[in-house]
Amino acid sequence: MNWQALANPARFKRLSDRLLPWFAGGAALCLAVGLYLGLVASPPDYQQGDSVRIMYVHVPAAWMAMFVYANLAVAAAASLVWRHPLADVAGRAMAPIGAAFTFLCLATGSLWGKPMWGTWWVWDARLTSVLILFFVYIAYMALNSAFDDDTRGARSSAILALVGAINLPIIKFSVDWWNTLHQPASVSRLDGPSIHASMLTPLLLMAVGFTLLFFALALVRMRAGLIERRLAALSYTRSADAGVASFR
Amino acid sequence: MSATLALLRRDLSLALRNVGETLTVLAFFVIAATLFPFGIGPEPQILARVATGIVWVVALLASLLPLERLFQSEADEGGLDQLLLAPAPLEALVLAKCAALWIGSALPLIAVSPIVATMLQLPTEAYGTLLASLLLGTPSLALLGGIGAALAVGARKGSALLALIVLPLAIPVLIFAVAAVEAQIGGLSVRPHLFLLAGFAVFWLTVAPFAMAAALRQAAS
Repeated sequence: MNWQALANPARFKRLSDRLLPWFAGGAALCLAVGLYLGLVASPPDYQQGDSVRIMYVHVPAAWMAMFVYANLAVAAAASLVWRHPLADVAGRAMAPIGAAFTFLCLATGSLWGKPMWGTWWVWDARLTSVLILFFVYIAYMALNSAFDDDTRGARSSAILALVGAINLPIIKFSVDWWNTLHQPASVSRLDGPSIHASMLTPLLLMAVGFTLLFFALALVRMRAGLIERRLAALSYTRSADAGVASFR
Repeated sequence: MSATLALLRRDLSLALRNVGETLTVLAFFVIAATLFPFGIGPEPQILARVATGIVWVVALLASLLPLERLFQSEADEGGLDQLLLAPAPLEALVLAKCAALWIGSALPLIAVSPIVATMLQLPTEAYGTLLASLLLGTPSLALLGGIGAALAVGARKGSALLALIVLPLAIPVLIFAVAAVEAQIGGLSVRPHLFLLAGFAVFWLTVAPFAMAAALRQAAS
């Protein structure tokens, strides 16, 4: 499929009409099963007890915080290279979702830190770099909406998104580079996950569910964004027509 | 090359003729740092412990002040179109503007910083490292600030937006600059931290011209 054909809003709407129910339904199913397995059926941790269940929300949220940013950076590159209007709409649609996942990650991490580390917050490398990621999302959204001309906002914030992308590897490797309180990766390791299947299954289900949820929300927000653009264009031509009419 | 040097010379002579702006930045730097002894108490041990952080954080905030005018004044007065038409790559021209910004506002700030550090009871042995960290760290701040200023040209909420863009990206510089001085006070090697600061400067020197030029091109279109 020639993906540039998607620039046509009508074609994008038809494709998203077909995809949206699958994304939304898949997200609901994965999240329901994942939450049941995670919160009810999986065993408590031998050290952490039941509070380990925060992991099933915290870890996928953290993955999503970075995954959404990676998508944002790709959309930003597409917006700058191909001047693709759909990429502008996509960036604007995805940023608040990514910020929400990042906030969810920070909030659940804080709730988990209190019983485990005895504190709501520590200035450890990974926490700090995720917090910076959250700030970059905020800056992106502020810059995106700071211009009267939407395209200017989209292009400016796209450059910021690409500059801010250097934060992603820093987050990923922060726990390896700096020896800190936050534990290192235990799922994506070269020697296989160091986590038992009864916990890994709900974790991965939640991750898939969050990913599908992100796609569903992004599609809905992109469609709303396209409608907004259309509305703005319509009201612009209408007021222009009205201006011409009154002139006559 | 000559156009780049001409721009550098013009910006520097502008900075010399508007000494008031530089003095305002310096005054902000000193006054904001003075607030801390009032805020956290005048005990010398406490102040000595936090002096580096205060000097660096206030320097970071002070370096935001001249940013709003950096490219916005060019855009308002039509200079931006001249930059785009000039017989030199825009990437080189924006570097010249950042260099002028650094010489015009960061260097005076570094010159004043020992006085502020004295008021905050910084241990004597740490002055050299503080100056080295400022000399190696502020170029990154000027380049980052240039990116923010170029992105925010024509934006509605100028100064707050600039802080939002620049401050998160400046955090790594702050971390390693303060770590260098802490290492000096703690009797550890300062070299890894200073090398990292130099590395940041080289990184932003590589990335920032392209980001600034891209931002200005689309601001002018």
